[in-house]
Amino acid sequence: MLQRIKKAIVHSYRLGVKDLLVFARDRLRLVTFVIMPIFMMVMTGYVFPNQNVLKNAPLGVVNLDQGPLGAQIILGLNQASPGQGEKLLKLTYLKDEAEADQEIKDQEINGAIVIPADFSSKIAAGQQATITTITDQSNPQISLMISGTLDKLMSDISNQMATKKVETLIPGVADPQGVINPFVVETKGIIPGNPNYFEFMAPGIMAMVIMMAAMIGLAGSVSRERELGTMDGILSAPISRLSVVVGKSFALGVRGLLQAALTLILAVLLFGVVVHGNLGIVILLLILTVFSFIGIGLIISAVSSDQETAMTIMMTVMFPMMFLSGAFFPVQQMPMVLQWISKVIPLTYSVEALRKCIVLGTGLSGMTTEVWVMLAFGAVFLAIAIPVFSRVTTR
Amino acid sequence: MNEKLPMNMIEVQGLTKLFGQFTAVDHVSFQVKKGEIFGFLGPNGAGKTTVMRMLCTLLRPTEGSASVAGFDIRKQPGRVREHIGLVAEKIILYDQLTAAENLTLFGRLNNLPEKEIGQEIDKWLGRLHMERWRNNQVGTFSTGMKQRINIARALLHHPDVLVLDEPTLGLDPQTTRAIHEFISELSQEEITVLLTTHDMNEADSLSHEIAIIDQARIVAIDTPRNLKRLVSDGDNRVMDIEVANLSEAMLSSLKKMDIIASVVETEPYSLRIRTKGENAAGAIVGAIASQGGQIRAINTMEPNLEDVFLHFTGREMRDVSTGKVASTQGRTWRKRSSRVR
Repeated sequence: MLQRIKKAIVHSYRLGVKDLLVFARDRLRLVTFVIMPIFMMVMTGYVFPNQNVLKNAPLGVVNLDQGPLGAQIILGLNQASPGQGEKLLKLTYLKDEAEADQEIKDQEINGAIVIPADFSSKIAAGQQATITTITDQSNPQISLMISGTLDKLMSDISNQMATKKVETLIPGVADPQGVINPFVVETKGIIPGNPNYFEFMAPGIMAMVIMMAAMIGLAGSVSRERELGTMDGILSAPISRLSVVVGKSFALGVRGLLQAALTLILAVLLFGVVVHGNLGIVILLLILTVFSFIGIGLIISAVSSDQETAMTIMMTVMFPMMFLSGAFFPVQQMPMVLQWISKVIPLTYSVEALRKCIVLGTGLSGMTTEVWVMLAFGAVFLAIAIPVFSRVTTR
Repeated sequence: MNEKLPMNMIEVQGLTKLFGQFTAVDHVSFQVKKGEIFGFLGPNGAGKTTVMRMLCTLLRPTEGSASVAGFDIRKQPGRVREHIGLVAEKIILYDQLTAAENLTLFGRLNNLPEKEIGQEIDKWLGRLHMERWRNNQVGTFSTGMKQRINIARALLHHPDVLVLDEPTLGLDPQTTRAIHEFISELSQEEITVLLTTHDMNEADSLSHEIAIIDQARIVAIDTPRNLKRLVSDGDNRVMDIEVANLSEAMLSSLKKMDIIASVVETEPYSLRIRTKGENAAGAIVGAIASQGGQIRAINTMEPNLEDVFLHFTGREMRDVSTGKVASTQGRTWRKRSSRVR
């Protein structure tokens, strides 16, 4: 018995090494192996809005005001800056609201602001004045940012006015702000510095890249050898079916680890991701991610007659996983049903644990659930994969 | 271990395989003695490969039983695998590995002791004249070279049974001849060879015994000589007749004659006729002449296995493997078989 187990392990190892050797000598596959994560990282990293930074957003200005206040507001808009000497808004001066509408329709500007003719006079008379902003509904993301920026600018300007008023109304007041805004809200994170949006994205992207790499590698593994005919040679040799599955997993595990390291390096170098937690834990989580997918991948690869079918099924399985895992969009904002589905996707746990570790610096003790769930997923699917593999390989 | 092996290296009893509704192999039975070359002759899609795959434990039989080297293919598939070497239709080698690496890998998977692997590689590469290519990647080889390494791979671990599925398909005549010689040598070394082929000359020249398989059934099993005797013995003859002005009418009148078992137009104006009964040649010549036919040549032929196939199935094997209807059948069958692999 012991002898048989030893043999099975040795055979698994030999098959794994063979897979890696074949893979390492296949230049094209090697290139895609390296290119794929780079491509995915760069693409997802830059396509998604990576920071709340808006610059040179085209904004139309219609100033009908005769008094000084309209000009003051425009000056404020013009000087607004996201930092580093950049301009936040690129102003286009228009003659009336109708022209602003037309410009938005032509997509020359992403929004407009209209200062009415009686603006200065109304304020001077102590009345409330209205400024209208026109938003571009075809581009909600940018309009949201522009209106956010405008809100802030407007409240700054009206705050300045209010301060002056309070000072004249209550001479000798200690802090006019105390009258205007009796309290303020302060936001504070638990880690130093200001995490950028990519730090939220990076763990998800890393987990996803690893998943895709592992699954695509798997799609080829069994069906490729079956198509080539070499699988017959392996299956007609006196070795355990278990060895075949374990050997494949071993080779894919090694590949997954290399790709995990690559994604991590890319995340740090290209996107300035700072790993607040332990680097070892990050690597461990990435390996666990690969492990949790090997079983599923092997099952798909074994039941598909050729690589094309395997790839198609793989893609069908992967896409919902990608979007439901919370890698890009928070799970909490999804409908209840989708939230439930996301709970049975190993990627969800991988993303969550990676995010905890990278962004918040959580240690292993803070992610026991995630680790156990991934281990369980991997073990269960591998356990299913072995009999499935034996069945479909000898009908 | 060899002493324990039975007289019959392969024993097959009522072996049947269904793929859904499709019967790929229908109650096939045969025995192969130790050191014998057993040929499986039949057109594409006849079920030859399915029988091979069942014997190699790559397919599970639907019905019937079989043993290889004394081990039941259902109950002891692991033991069966220890005793077989498989050369399948697709070459079982990794293009990215060198000849030696491929052989080492499969030697190890077949539990060949580490210290013997090197010797065995030297021995087989030497015998197949491939020593020079030992450390070259298989992907750079021609099909013929690959097939030689492939055969070495199947023999490396001293199998008792070598299964060869169409070993010379698509090879050049020179390699084909070399492989034929090599296969004959093997049987002198007490290696039992199961040879699948649709090449009649290959089956004829190599096999000690031949099973003719058609449409999932074995229609005849015997030595090549006995099989041929069936079509050319006593009153039975095979002859080729060339008629310069052969017409449809002549052909159909010939087909009606009692003494003619079959007529096939092998080439334009050339007929192969199997006859039964006395003085058939005279009657045929008379019949052709009476219709104004000009006989250019007439030869009594040594019958070949093509004639045997025709005798048993009523069809020409060429028709089955290249004819339109039959080849579509063959194709659908291939699809099925690739799915189950």
